[in-house]
Amino acid sequence: MYNIAAVSFGEIFLKGKNRGSFEHKLIEQIKFSLKDFKNVSVYKDSGKVYVETANEEDMDKIVERVRRVFGISNLSPSIKTSKEPEVIIEKTKDLFRYLLSKQNIQTFKIKTKRSDKNFPIKSMDFSALVGGEILEEFGQVRVDVHNPDVEIYIDIKKACYISSERIKTLGGLPIGSNGRALLLLSGGIDSPVAGYMIAKRGVEINALYFHTYPFTSERANEKVIKLKEKLEEYCGKITLYAINILEIHKAIREFCREEETTILARRFMMRIAEKIALDNNMQMLITGESLGQVASQTMRSMAVIENAIEMPILKPLVGLDKTEIIEIAREIGTYETSILPYDDCCSVFAPKHPLINPKLESILRSESRLNVEDLIDKVLETIEYL
Amino acid sequence: MMVYLDNSATTRVRNEVLQAIIDANENYYGNPSSLHRMGLKAEKKLEEARRAAAKIVGSSPEEIYFTGGGTESNNIAIFGHLANLSRESNIITTKIEHPSVYNVFKQLETKCRVRYLDTDERGRLNPLQLQELVDEDTLLVAIMHVNNEIGIVQDLENLGNIIKRKNKNTRFHVDAVQSYGKIKIDVNRLPLDSLSFSSHKIHGPKGVGGLFIRSGLKINPLTFGGGQERGIRSGTENTSGIIGFARACDLIYENFHEETDKLYRLKNQYIKRLAEEIDDIKINSLGDDMAPHIINVSIKNVPGEVLVHYLEDRDIYVSTGSACSSKARDNRILDAIKLDRDYQAGTVRISLGYFNSFDEVEYVIKTIKEAVNDIRSITKRG
Repeated sequence: MYNIAAVSFGEIFLKGKNRGSFEHKLIEQIKFSLKDFKNVSVYKDSGKVYVETANEEDMDKIVERVRRVFGISNLSPSIKTSKEPEVIIEKTKDLFRYLLSKQNIQTFKIKTKRSDKNFPIKSMDFSALVGGEILEEFGQVRVDVHNPDVEIYIDIKKACYISSERIKTLGGLPIGSNGRALLLLSGGIDSPVAGYMIAKRGVEINALYFHTYPFTSERANEKVIKLKEKLEEYCGKITLYAINILEIHKAIREFCREEETTILARRFMMRIAEKIALDNNMQMLITGESLGQVASQTMRSMAVIENAIEMPILKPLVGLDKTEIIEIAREIGTYETSILPYDDCCSVFAPKHPLINPKLESILRSESRLNVEDLIDKVLETIEYL
Repeated sequence: MMVYLDNSATTRVRNEVLQAIIDANENYYGNPSSLHRMGLKAEKKLEEARRAAAKIVGSSPEEIYFTGGGTESNNIAIFGHLANLSRESNIITTKIEHPSVYNVFKQLETKCRVRYLDTDERGRLNPLQLQELVDEDTLLVAIMHVNNEIGIVQDLENLGNIIKRKNKNTRFHVDAVQSYGKIKIDVNRLPLDSLSFSSHKIHGPKGVGGLFIRSGLKINPLTFGGGQERGIRSGTENTSGIIGFARACDLIYENFHEETDKLYRLKNQYIKRLAEEIDDIKINSLGDDMAPHIINVSIKNVPGEVLVHYLEDRDIYVSTGSACSSKARDNRILDAIKLDRDYQAGTVRISLGYFNSFDEVEYVIKTIKEAVNDIRSITKRG
């Protein structure tokens, strides 16, 4: 039925003179989300973006993809037609017939908007004209302008667009409109959700993954790649950096106390992440930490970990319960992958009794027994782009 | 050097087998059920293959049914033997069976009484326990010939006689997936009713297996359709796979003594060198009643999974039954042989095949030694 989707912008309207570049980013994102579709074109026509396809049967899938692009307030599958009144009337009847086949309709309303003032009939008059034709063709329905079962919207611009359904989207801002950040992505449930939430506000994200091969499996890498690909459905292209921090764990194990392992390792991870972010023009880090969830996520632990770097760390899940995080993970489709059994860290390196109230001075003292810079340089050599 | 030592999981197809598969796909692609000559040509090949598979266990070709693999064979046999299943019946298997038998029995716990045989710390069954458990209500006993993780070989003749003496109507099914083509089997001398085997464990293609069913026994099929394989396994035959499997059978039959002898010698060499080079190692596959191709070892303070990854990075492929993660699945077989928990986590299986050679041994031993030292330097604390 539908050969085009009309896309309305969300908060972009608030952004004043940046609007042009925001729209441009949005169009890019829409194109990226549809990169494997053939015969699709994306263009602007006074205030809206249109996604046109030569294959009507693709429209459901196209809507499903575009719905996930941040920065869209809603979208409507539509019929694009030429602007001869009789063509518009015929197509509107087609649409009405289609809607009748899907739902019970007793009342309807036609609404016309005429941006193209060359169109010979005024909006109100044209609505009345089309409404009359519908009444004549489908006897059993009547007009209700206040609370209709179905509202058909005829938008006359450079072309004419006829629509009825309005599909809810994710909102947010177009990716890339709000800077770049580096997500610390583990194979768990939380970090993909954290990345999603920050990306939603227009941030272009890349991801960093730490492993301890051969103490972890290559299947753990595959799992993280899957999570990255899932996130890309929303966030656009993500570069995934993978680093083997086995050497750091070895050093910690040799020179430091077992219960400090996690805190020390996480301080290393932050330093490495900061370095990669700075080298690649990213302004902040993102983690999936949620206050109190595990030993390294108590107030004190988080403070001691953050102390290792200057770069701000965004923690969008900090105030969420696990159940709330899981709910979002299910919604965005990362949950099923996150619960696969392959861990990103071997239990060999998980202390039996991790510190929950680490003291900064004693952590710093332990750290002074390690050659921090050398270790970081050493593990950076293992970097891979997955 | 690439060394594949996971032949109990699956094997590389032999070149002759590959050629036979190609030839089959080019020349014998007709449906054996078709009336025309192409169908007949394929059917003839299929019967040739049946003879090849039968020779390995000394049965007549009519007693061989081709299936989609070992798991399917076990399922067909177990369910097929249980036509008269009732609440009062009981069935017996072992605690160390492969999942394709064990999980079927678990499933059947809701339908009848299920009894599990213990083993000693080498995996051997206790004939006295079997004698005690079989009674007039025992419909079926299923016992694996060679255990896939440890390699223990059960004495089928003795166990079968015990079963039949207690209840001549009790059916005896043997999962021979790990022994077929590796240990001499003569179904004429063994008091068993059915025996399953698989192609891809003996350098044949995947997706092909077979089932010996003693002539005269009635087996109820699991699936229904065109009635192929005399109704036991409906569905168009995997002709090219079966032809490939038959080629693998022929090769083994021709060189049986040479090839198994080589496996035994290779196995002994590995065991000897492992014992010499690695401290705190326990070899779980020692003795004359062990299969020629399986070496199960437990290395203290070396998580098996870590060793597997360490070795894969050096192009050596072994396998492990247990995982090092906190969510470690318990290993049923290692529990059954009451292996010390300390050693369980460090258990790996080296399994040999036709393509392995003595040249590989020293490289593998050297690498395992390095790996063990490296991993222990991390896992041993303080």
